[in-house]
Amino acid sequence: MVSRGVFYVVTAILLLTGLLLIAYQHLTFGVPFVPGEQREVWSVEAKIEFDPQGNTPAIVNFALPAIQPGFTQLKQSTSSLGFGIDYIKRHGLNYVEWTKRNAIGAQILYYQADFLVDASAYASSMTVPEIEESVEPEPYATAMKEVENAARSRSADANSFTAQVIRELNQENETSTLLTKEYNRARLLVHILEMAQIPARLIRVLDLEDGRRNRQLSEKVVVFNGTSYTIFDPKTGVSGLAPNQLIWTDNGYSMLDVTGGRNARVSFSTLCNKISAVEAGALKTNVKRIAGDESVSFSISSLPIEEQSLFKSILLLPIGVLIVVFLRIIVGVKTSGTFMPVLIAMAFLETSLVVGLIGFVAIVGAGLIVRSWLSHLNLLLVARISAVIITVIIIIGAISVFTYKLGLTEGLKVTFFPMIILAWTIERMSILWEEEGYKEVLKQGSGSLFVAISAYLAMNSVFVQHFTFNFLGLQLVLLSLVLLMGNYTGFRLTEMKRFKPLVDQIKANRNGDEKEQEAKRLYTELKEVKHDPHQAYRNWKNKVNDQLKEEKDNNSQDGETK
Amino acid sequence: MSLLTKLISLPKRYANPFTMVQDGIMGMNQRNVNYIGRYNRRDLFPLVDNKLLTKRIAIEHNVNTPVLIGSIKSQQDIQNIFDIIGANTEFCIKPAHGSGGKGILVIKDKNAATGNYVKSSGLDITKHELNRHVTNILAGLFSLGGKPDFALIETLIHFDDVFSGFSYDGVPDTRVIVFQGFPVMCMMRLSTSASDGKANLHQGAVGVGICIRTGKAVRAVQYNQPVEYHPDTDRKLSELRVPQWDEVLKLAASCYDMSGLGYIGTDIVLDRDKGPMLLELNARPGLAIQICNNAGLLPRLRLIEALPKRQRFSVEQRVEFAKEHFGVFSPDK
Repeated sequence: MVSRGVFYVVTAILLLTGLLLIAYQHLTFGVPFVPGEQREVWSVEAKIEFDPQGNTPAIVNFALPAIQPGFTQLKQSTSSLGFGIDYIKRHGLNYVEWTKRNAIGAQILYYQADFLVDASAYASSMTVPEIEESVEPEPYATAMKEVENAARSRSADANSFTAQVIRELNQENETSTLLTKEYNRARLLVHILEMAQIPARLIRVLDLEDGRRNRQLSEKVVVFNGTSYTIFDPKTGVSGLAPNQLIWTDNGYSMLDVTGGRNARVSFSTLCNKISAVEAGALKTNVKRIAGDESVSFSISSLPIEEQSLFKSILLLPIGVLIVVFLRIIVGVKTSGTFMPVLIAMAFLETSLVVGLIGFVAIVGAGLIVRSWLSHLNLLLVARISAVIITVIIIIGAISVFTYKLGLTEGLKVTFFPMIILAWTIERMSILWEEEGYKEVLKQGSGSLFVAISAYLAMNSVFVQHFTFNFLGLQLVLLSLVLLMGNYTGFRLTEMKRFKPLVDQIKANRNGDEKEQEAKRLYTELKEVKHDPHQAYRNWKNKVNDQLKEEKDNNSQDGETK
Repeated sequence: MSLLTKLISLPKRYANPFTMVQDGIMGMNQRNVNYIGRYNRRDLFPLVDNKLLTKRIAIEHNVNTPVLIGSIKSQQDIQNIFDIIGANTEFCIKPAHGSGGKGILVIKDKNAATGNYVKSSGLDITKHELNRHVTNILAGLFSLGGKPDFALIETLIHFDDVFSGFSYDGVPDTRVIVFQGFPVMCMMRLSTSASDGKANLHQGAVGVGICIRTGKAVRAVQYNQPVEYHPDTDRKLSELRVPQWDEVLKLAASCYDMSGLGYIGTDIVLDRDKGPMLLELNARPGLAIQICNNAGLLPRLRLIEALPKRQRFSVEQRVEFAKEHFGVFSPDK
């Protein structure tokens, strides 16, 4: 026998592992605890148009969206008639490259990507830029210096400096007008920051709004402070990104390069889809798996769809089993057949409760009548069970046909009942009827139905289905619970009723010549024994031996007198 | 509103579990995990479930049981059945794996004129019918789970006359719970018309708790409620006293050495001439015995568990120990 300590350690390990797995899936993949939670998926489509230049081959390079916190890219696709496409890396960055030898007329290319709004995404492709020493022509260099000096005196660090520069540039004075006329706002800001030895970079951001077309990227400036960075709007000076802003390019390189074409322009359309959080989790897992990370998920969603639906019901079974264990060990409900109620409950899941109940009672009732006739025939067991199985099938067939003719298609669902199990149930109940009478049959029958209905209600709950299907760790938790209950030595609920008369009697009466309640007396003796077992043992042995001797003497005396 | 009244009446219908613990009442889970699971080795169960094996080890250990006339293990053996029976006119045929008294055929006599046997009910049974009964036993009609079985032919027990009037049309047997060789608690099960001659307590048989020290009746219950008189014969149940009590206890206690099972129920019958005899053993004895004895099993079991060197006790010492600690009546002077 394994010691109790080992047992509890194993159970605790199982429980902890299960809970950790659940937590892992919840935190890493955002699988929600409650069903029906929704996640946003943004479909972004970039439309690239250009006019080809004569007969030169056309090559279009388009920067792929950046990896950024708050979004996980789920998939990407391109659509472009007659173009060869390739995903390439340039300067360590991802581009999609379209190529065509002879392009005639206006060309349109599409790139589409789906982004999951994902609070648990932290990865970023942003890097700290090198500071470029660019030499600006006069008088702009002096003007920039002027702005820089003005901002420096009113600021404390990189961020406040940036804010001050933007404020300076927004002022309606000579210097700012000179600069803003010549330079693009964002580039100007980057130049001034670089002059002040602050790493900064221009990035392009897309505002995500549902059902918008022909959107352009807006330019922002990232200001680095060590490895952390802050994003500024170069016009308004507002820092940070709104939650619906997607960074498209986060590096200094160009977004779109077209060789062999003119008038290249890109526009974006955005669309928001709501999908269930579970689906989102599955899609996310898929992305990680494609990326070569096999250990990503302990979820059934990583299986093919066909196997998934099979597992959906298999994974529910432990819930029903747990309920059977609870009702039998803790409550003490009598059922006929240990796990028959769970299988009946599984059938109820297919048929719906009312139809299932009517079907079950009808089949078992009819089966019992037939079985009582079979018992007169003195058949051997295997033949008898087989006869009952065939009878059950005939009854199921009859019920299906009959209800169908009446126009009740619900009746067809009785075929979901496990026939072999039903046959055994009928056999067991009929033996019970003969041996213990109909009362016991009703008791166990209703007990079984009660357990089946409880199991059905648990397994039918959307929450339970969601939880069992999405968190494999739950199975370990269930296992540890079952193990714990298997170790329960306390009273069953029904025993509290069964022994009620006994408790009352013990309270009210002493047995025979007893002066003290037996339990009390024995427990005091037990205490003495535990206090000094060996002394107690010696005392008793002597006493017992004396008594035996005395008895022997008495017997021999009796013998003499006779 | 009705829920509230139900809640208020709860203590009237359900016992307080803490009181139950105080009284040392043993529940099903406790029995299964801490006693059967811990003290009864799984591989020894067949000794108890198969009556032929029980009988074999009983004979090996000189434990008194009804004499085995013969056993029938296969269909071919049935041809020899009347050779095996021979001149016996009082015997019973029972399945080796039977339960609850099913399939037991009791023959009292042989009709010299027709050659037919006479059943306990007084009806004749032809040799052909007897053959068919044995065939049914072999086919597993009476065994647990319908598994193929053997038939045992044993000599008949002549019940002691002291029990007349205490039982209605059935076998009065004495059930002693034996823990680690110590007789712990005892009861007699008396069949009634309600129990249909069977000794099953939940079918309406009367259970009489027996004092371990003296063999006297402690109290009697039917359907969990105390009764004073046998419902069919109106005999005063408190007058019941098992004769040859020491022999009964010794027989029960020796079943531990014989079977190796730590927690068993021994069913013992008293033969008029041969004294106490072991009828069968039960490796999963029920808990109703506590109700008949108006006492919980746990204090008795725990006392024995705390006892050091208990394995060295002889049968007599164990019986003495039990009599000293688990008795209810003072010993006779």
